[in-house]
Amino acid sequence: MDHAAGHVEIPYTVSPRPDTGLYNGKLGIWLFLASEVMLFGALFSSLILIRTGSPSWPHGWEELHVVPATINTFVLIMSSVTVVLAWANLRLGNFKLGRIFIGVTLLCGLVFMGIKAYEYSLSFAHGHYPSTSDFFAIYFTMTGLHGLHVLGGMIVFAYFLGPGSKMWHTDRARFTNRIEIVGLYWHFVDLVWIFLFPTLYLL
Amino acid sequence: MTDQTITPDIAPTDAMPVPQSEAEDEHTHAGVHDANLHHSPEEIRREMRVYLTVFAGLAVLTGATVAARFLLHLPLRQAMALAIAIACMKGFLVAGFFMHLLTEKKVIYGVLILTGIFFALLLWLPVHDVLDKFGHY
Repeated sequence: MDHAAGHVEIPYTVSPRPDTGLYNGKLGIWLFLASEVMLFGALFSSLILIRTGSPSWPHGWEELHVVPATINTFVLIMSSVTVVLAWANLRLGNFKLGRIFIGVTLLCGLVFMGIKAYEYSLSFAHGHYPSTSDFFAIYFTMTGLHGLHVLGGMIVFAYFLGPGSKMWHTDRARFTNRIEIVGLYWHFVDLVWIFLFPTLYLL
Repeated sequence: MTDQTITPDIAPTDAMPVPQSEAEDEHTHAGVHDANLHHSPEEIRREMRVYLTVFAGLAVLTGATVAARFLLHLPLRQAMALAIAIACMKGFLVAGFFMHLLTEKKVIYGVLILTGIFFALLLWLPVHDVLDKFGHY
């Protein structure tokens, strides 16, 4: 740290802390993801309570639209592999290819949101709103919250594709770590969808 | 993807200089390192092939989830068990390989074990309620 010049360097952004063995950002994102597990866990818990307490529960595949949701599952899986390939390419020092994969991930996010919007519009056209029934209340709440998480990830990817990518030219290792961190978040969003899809659409 | 497409056009990240203060820390605390930052290019390329294999596995399992629902015509309980089992397998692939949980540091396992305990408690509450109801009716 260069206190005389008024410049304080943030510690452990690249090299690991000796006590945790991790750079700080990585531990930070895992703690955040732990809180996210509890957030979605509370909603899954609510789903079980509402479903078992309800005298009747519709079949998800009859009320919702399985084909677009299945396509969305593939899109999200593909985005998970593209983000991890972006990170791997940055570790290899291949900024150009890494950036392309970040762009493809962002595109996958856009496609997911577009299909989700189409799916919502179909539900609205059939007169299905959150106030329609317990089923649609929990469906819109869980998929809506998940969609907000996808949107959040897309904003971060757009930043790293645009102005945030300047860091590559000044601190490559730190930029690479940032992509790993947003990647971990993105995989978590994928993980939530992996459980949401069968629970809401197929059961 | 072939190895040709991932040929580095500049020096690998591992060879990149770290800020002086952090370089000093690495020397001061020898033996502590993040495995993800110290892989050789060959190892990283091997990892990329694993990622693509995992992707194929996830795609097949997604197809299996939908096929099981519409082709097998299982009773609800069995369909539920099968769907959740496949989702758990997919979750393992994503968490284990994409999120590198198979080779992570102990502190992350500690955080996740603690989270798992609270998560299990959160799911146990409604399940307990349901069992209680069945006990009374």
